[in-house]
Amino acid sequence: MAKVPVQFTLNGAEKAEFIDSGTTLLNALRDKIGDTSPKGGCHQGTCGACSVIIDGELRLSCLTLAETCNGAAITTTSGLSEGGVLHPLQRAFLDAFATQCGFCTPGMIMAAKVLLDHTPSPSREDVVEALSGNICRCTGYEPIIQAVLTAARSNSQHAA
Amino acid sequence: MALALQTFSTVKDANAALKAAGTRYLGGGTLVVRAVNEGDVSVSGFVRSTEPSLSAIAVSGGKVRIGASVTMAAIARHPDLAPLARAARAVGGPAIRNMATVGGNLFAPAPYGDFTVALLALDATVSSDSGELPIETFLATRESNHAIVTAVGFSLPVEGGFRFLKVSRVKPKGVSVLSVATVLEQAPDGTVSSARIALGCMADRPMRARAAEKALAGRTLTSDGIAPALAVASDGTSPATDPIASAWYRTQVLPVHLGRLLLG
Ligand SMILES: Cc1cc2nc3c(=O)[nH]c(=O)nc-3n(C[C@H](O)[C@H](O)[C@H](O)COP(=O)(O)OP(=O)(O)OC[C@H]3O[C@@H](n4cnc5c(N)ncnc54)[C@H](O)[C@@H]3O)c2cc1C
Ligand code: FES
Ligand code: FES
Repeated sequence: MAKVPVQFTLNGAEKAEFIDSGTTLLNALRDKIGDTSPKGGCHQGTCGACSVIIDGELRLSCLTLAETCNGAAITTTSGLSEGGVLHPLQRAFLDAFATQCGFCTPGMIMAAKVLLDHTPSPSREDVVEALSGNICRCTGYEPIIQAVLTAARSNSQHAA
Repeated sequence: MALALQTFSTVKDANAALKAAGTRYLGGGTLVVRAVNEGDVSVSGFVRSTEPSLSAIAVSGGKVRIGASVTMAAIARHPDLAPLARAARAVGGPAIRNMATVGGNLFAPAPYGDFTVALLALDATVSSDSGELPIETFLATRESNHAIVTAVGFSLPVEGGFRFLKVSRVKPKGVSVLSVATVLEQAPDGTVSSARIALGCMADRPMRARAAEKALAGRTLTSDGIAPALAVASDGTSPATDPIASAWYRTQVLPVHLGRLLLG
């Protein structure tokens, strides 16, 4: 079948590829572009491990066709650190032991980032709601919730 | 296997392309792309339209028109649709709500279709290029519907007139045990002058609780007043047994939750 072109920015860098029509964004990112930070846990929309940010909104890359992202700005967890310095959310996840096997972590961080981008000082309920589409089979969630709250506090100290 | 996606700027052209066997309209893709990922080989291609009216919300003179491509997240944050925000937020988690469209929700089989339950209670109309259908007719015939749904329309309920409740086991998000939406009008003396009650997960698609609606007419919203309605709440229902709940359980708890919604 003829390939179709897709072009978008990924973590600020221009990307252009020819893909099979109907390829999911998850497969395009992982297999074509080489960004393996979004994980394929279920390919059914239920685990959230494939979460990415498209034009400022949290989306599931396993249920998004890559072709529908032409011209979009896509953010993944691999684009968060700057010059080798971890993003406050990544730092907080490490410090709070919010990651064990790590499979859910990139999706959790994406969901948390969208939350903090819109709600810099979230309540615990806000955090639980924001992470409600993401499943973790290791941590029991509490360390993740604490990590997001800690990152929010460190952000606000930064800004102050 | 790769599936071709065809994108058209007009609904008309997309409708023409959908005539090809095996093609499916692509809304947010949360059901149809999932089906393909799970190996549904009946789908051989996707068709979508980017016509701007599909993504528009218009509210004027108490009338609402929501384009079929509008997402649950867009409804939940729209200031003029505040009464509906609860129903829109009942669909999935944040990422699903950023993708799930009104059009797709109309086709979602139980245990999905929570927003459609709200639309059914609102007595919405469902529009396509071939005209407008009352939502009940649309739902009854949706398998044979091959035209792209372009919009839903309804009158905004009076302040406090619309109520919605979704029961799920996993909080804050989770698939429905059942959902209930009501649109009630009350006479000055507090008695119910008209009632529309819509149920989700009590059949293979959202349905009206006609017997309960009838039994509520002329009654007050008190425990005694609503008792006859609760007694017949399950009339005509045929819920599924699925991993979320058994049919028996759904039937048993429906009057409890309907009662809470009516008294709440
Ligand atoms: C993890 C998860 C959780 C979910 N939770 C819920 C929930 O809590 N409540 C709930 O109600 N649903 C839930 N859903 C189901 C689904 O996300 C919603 O029902 C959603 O509204 C479907 O819309 P969509 O745009 O994604 O549909 P799509 O997948 O794009 O389409 C679904 C079907 O409708 C057809 N279709 C779509 N738009 C149109 C149109 N405009 N005209 C004609 N045909 C059309 C498609 O061809 C397809 O057959 C969940 C799904 C997942 C994966
Ligand atoms: S892989 Fe996308 S939600 Fe699980
Ligand atoms: S750390 Fe293993 S799934 Fe969350």
